[in-house]
Amino acid sequence: MEKLILEIKNLKKEYKLGQIGGTTLRDELQRLHAKLHKSEDPTKKIGTATYNYGEKFLALNNISFKITKGERVGIIGHNGAGKSTLLKLISRITAPTSGTIKLKGRVASMLEVGTGFHPELTGRENIYLNGAILGMTTAEVDSKIEQIIEFSECRQFIDTPVKRYSSGMYVKLAFAVAAHLDSEILIMDEVLAVGDVAFQQKCLNKMRDVSNEEGRTILYVSHNMNTIKQLCDRVIVLDHGTVAFDGDVDNGINHYLGVLDDKFPNKFDLDSAERPRLLHGQKIRLTSLEFLDKNSAFFDRHETMRFKISITSNANIDNLRMIIVLSTINGEKVGFAQSDVPFLNSSSNKKYDLFLKMDISRLVEGKYCFIIDIFSMDDIGNHLSYDHPSFNIPFAVTDNNPNGIKPNSQRWGSAEISSLHCYDTVLD
Amino acid sequence: MENENEINVEISANHKLFDLHIGETFRYKDLILLFVKRDFMALYKQTILGPLWAIIQPLLTTVVFTIVFGSLAKLTTADVSGDFIIPGFLFYMAGNICWTYFSSTLQATSNTFIANRATMGKVYYPRLVSPISTALSGLIPFAIQFVMFAVIWLIYLIKGGTDIHVTLNLLFIPLVILQLILLSTGFGIIISSLTTKYRDLAMLVGFGLQLWQYASPIAYGLDLIPEKHLAIYMLNPVTPIITTFRYAVFGFGYFNLIYYLIGWIVSIGVFLIGLILFSRIERTFMDTV
Repeated sequence: MEKLILEIKNLKKEYKLGQIGGTTLRDELQRLHAKLHKSEDPTKKIGTATYNYGEKFLALNNISFKITKGERVGIIGHNGAGKSTLLKLISRITAPTSGTIKLKGRVASMLEVGTGFHPELTGRENIYLNGAILGMTTAEVDSKIEQIIEFSECRQFIDTPVKRYSSGMYVKLAFAVAAHLDSEILIMDEVLAVGDVAFQQKCLNKMRDVSNEEGRTILYVSHNMNTIKQLCDRVIVLDHGTVAFDGDVDNGINHYLGVLDDKFPNKFDLDSAERPRLLHGQKIRLTSLEFLDKNSAFFDRHETMRFKISITSNANIDNLRMIIVLSTINGEKVGFAQSDVPFLNSSSNKKYDLFLKMDISRLVEGKYCFIIDIFSMDDIGNHLSYDHPSFNIPFAVTDNNPNGIKPNSQRWGSAEISSLHCYDTVLD
Repeated sequence: MENENEINVEISANHKLFDLHIGETFRYKDLILLFVKRDFMALYKQTILGPLWAIIQPLLTTVVFTIVFGSLAKLTTADVSGDFIIPGFLFYMAGNICWTYFSSTLQATSNTFIANRATMGKVYYPRLVSPISTALSGLIPFAIQFVMFAVIWLIYLIKGGTDIHVTLNLLFIPLVILQLILLSTGFGIIISSLTTKYRDLAMLVGFGLQLWQYASPIAYGLDLIPEKHLAIYMLNPVTPIITTFRYAVFGFGYFNLIYYLIGWIVSIGVFLIGLILFSRIERTFMDTV
């Protein structure tokens, strides 16, 4: 049965730029006086000419979509795309500037962990309180309290004030309450981020179950694409307050991550990149980097990455070395690679093109980036950096081996550090 | 699905003047009760004396009033001129417990949006639930104080030697309490609606209440006010509440039907204005608070 449960039509939400709120009546009167006399606003801060008072910012710009009963919709988008504003409007925390939202049923929203928990009250008391805030009656909580306590894994601490809880226990308890609520729509904003991996998995399973068995609709916002993939059957991508994509999960995530050729260029101009201030002056300058044999920086993990870097040298330095520090595109450090020891002895006023190759077979499928550091070591082992552009060079690793296992980088990490070799088998 | 009474909500930018969500607020009555319970329990957690504090505070205030305004300043404790014997202690306590409820409820409800913004910013419930539960949870210490007052009142009554006597005036007590609730909550939610934008009012509340107390017949009897200024003085909506309370419990005192009705009109008016303002602000206060 395709039953419409949420309908959003031409939704707009406008915020005023500049200082709002926290103004005093005096400021307001001064502003009014200035406006009447057409003089300069005396309360305006110097240097804020870029946006004047009264200038508007559209956090959501004409959004429309429909959600039917039982759908599990993931909402993704960059920071500032309007995800939280959208959830706030749907959960009636603030009102739209124009447009309408039609809802059928109760909404349980968890925009933050443990909202409505009172630190002085015990876990059990807070279950009743939080349940009531989410719209349950005491009788409803009574009938579910055992399940809630069981699910929260906090039975041992249930009669202890929650101010003594760890943040993990907080989330577990809060999620347990929301998951057992008889609401037709469940809204979750990145709340699972605090729980441990096992609990996250348990929550995702629970959400899938309630959606499948009870036909509850789920709206889920997260930056964690793995959980989106696991939970959702539809994705809405928001971009600058508009719907950029609405459809199936894989295409939605690809759209969001921008896996498009032009996002992974094969050439980088490093001359104009920013650099940290270096202790020893800039005697070497990296001017460019180019991936070889590629139109865009996609590599299969079984091929060798080749690239060329161009260097301008302003001094005679012996025994230069190079290191690259590798991170995932989300900024988690993966590891590093260093150059062979006789790498380069530079002379002043020379330009060099260096051709390098790197083994990337240990990286699992995903997106990475690296930064380059050119340095030498002095006699007592100090690291003397000569150039260190703060520029992340992005590339993607694909895995085209159909027989290999698909590594789960969220759970296992981004690098396969070694192979396991069974060197002997003894029959007992 | 157990119950098929479907809930349909439409959220739009338009707002009706009297969109108070009364029905919805009523559905959240369990939440109101839990908030009352929470406020009361959390207030006395980790204290040794617990709810006894509800008694100690007005008791000490009354003692100080009896010494300062009674014994030292010798202000009258009569609301009407005449030769009455009114125990000073009972007189100050009657004024004090009413005023304590009024000022603490006003102060607490005037803080509704700012104190609850963490919760209100993350989850929806009818916003009116908060001031209602604040006003109700204030009734618990009031009830404790009222019982204490009743005990002392009984002692004086049995001991005799005063002009206090039991009359049908006692029937005014529930009306007095209702009027106290309406007036304090009304002023409180007006201020809370305005403080989402102007924090100045929050500053005003604390010391404004202090001044207001002097403008109300709590530390002195109404008889102190000269006849020609009485009409202005009675415009203070708290005054008829306090004098009527004493009129009810002492069995005699000041009661003027016209001033009393004006007091009621003001209380209801303030409360309604508060509701309208509140329902306007609650929709978007998160953007400005």
